[in-house]
Amino acid sequence: MKAAPFDYVAPHSIAAALAVLGEDAKALAGGQSLVPLLNFRLARPTRIVDLNGIVTELAYLRRSEGALRIGALTRQATLERSRVVARGWPLLVQAVRHVAHPAIRNRGTVGGSVAHADPAAELPVALTALDACFHVRSAQRGTRTIAAADFFQAPLMTALAPDELLVEIEVPPLPAGARTGFAEHARTHGDFAVAGAAVVRAGTEHAAIALLGAGPTPLRVPDAERALRRGASAEEAAGIAGAELDDDWRRALVTELVRRAVEEASP
Amino acid sequence: MRIAVEINGAPYEGDVEPRTLLSDFIRHVAGLTGTHVGCEHGVCGACTVQIDGETVRSCLMLAVQANGRSALTVEGLAAADAPLNPLQRAFHERHALQCGFCTPGFLLAAEALLRERPDPSEREVREALAGNLCRCTGYEGIVNAVLDVAAQTRAGAARDNGDPGTSRAA
Repeated sequence: MKAAPFDYVAPHSIAAALAVLGEDAKALAGGQSLVPLLNFRLARPTRIVDLNGIVTELAYLRRSEGALRIGALTRQATLERSRVVARGWPLLVQAVRHVAHPAIRNRGTVGGSVAHADPAAELPVALTALDACFHVRSAQRGTRTIAAADFFQAPLMTALAPDELLVEIEVPPLPAGARTGFAEHARTHGDFAVAGAAVVRAGTEHAAIALLGAGPTPLRVPDAERALRRGASAEEAAGIAGAELDDDWRRALVTELVRRAVEEASP
Repeated sequence: MRIAVEINGAPYEGDVEPRTLLSDFIRHVAGLTGTHVGCEHGVCGACTVQIDGETVRSCLMLAVQANGRSALTVEGLAAADAPLNPLQRAFHERHALQCGFCTPGFLLAAEALLRERPDPSEREVREALAGNLCRCTGYEGIVNAVLDVAAQTRAGAARDNGDPGTSRAA
């Protein structure tokens, strides 16, 4: 099908974009989720605000004061190839390789994946395990920062107001000696994930486990994380992580994926 | 909106609505019908083209977003009166197509893969092409064709270096 008609605006600054965002407007980043919705007419915004002309203000990857700062328009392929990311935040590289296919990652953006909040998306889960926070801005209320736990509210629903734009993703440094793991199950490589797990682990000091496909949003499992910090095996922690799931098949799947991700994150 | 896109080295201009997809601009305005539209929601990969050297789904990009940029479609792989591109020849020799609908997308995806990674493993070829669906071949011929081109490149490089033969590291 073809998209319904819309007004098209391509601003060249964040300020100009904020001036035209609002009810009935939709920000267009990589378009790898939005354009299919437009083509199916599942989304019918009256105005499309194309962010692709705001490169210097929105497309960057940099390390500052130990944290990783990702401009919202950074392409997934750029994240995948970044040495800074591979060295300091390998979980993001492990996760982004599972995002669809090369042609999709060439266009798809990190911020777009976060703002779209598909419950089957990999990056929101990895960013939840990494305790990332999201900087959002609006013309009326300026900038505010939202933690991952508060950002993802329901499938395709986030804390973003219609007039707000996600401008930057901030990922704190990993604890010293941390290792990471990511595992997912999809019916074919690059297809939407059915379930998955992202793990950050540093000895007995730090453990973070985020689940994909275990709920409407990325889900942290504090009980399993506590168990890992107390020296539980990958299998024991995985059992605890999956225990809350009702469905037998999904519980078995999530448990096994957590076990694999924890093992990958173990020395 | 008036846009200008360079396709296969030639300039194309046209008036489009903002909602016009790049795939429709390529087919209907530029008249280059080698780019095929399968699913029109980014799943099948048939409409894969390259923009400034990177593969994209032309059904997931608005034509206005390609304004001022440079596109490569299947017609640009070899001129009409020139011999086939090595990938096209390998697809022919390896029976890597039957109905041919998906082939342009596979060729553009494979070309980008071999440019970035001239000597891919079979697994890397399969992963790079996993976003392109073929309902005829079962993929074996396609994967073999891409590996053939990589092997030819390897043999060519070995000849240039005067090596009697090479073995690729796993």
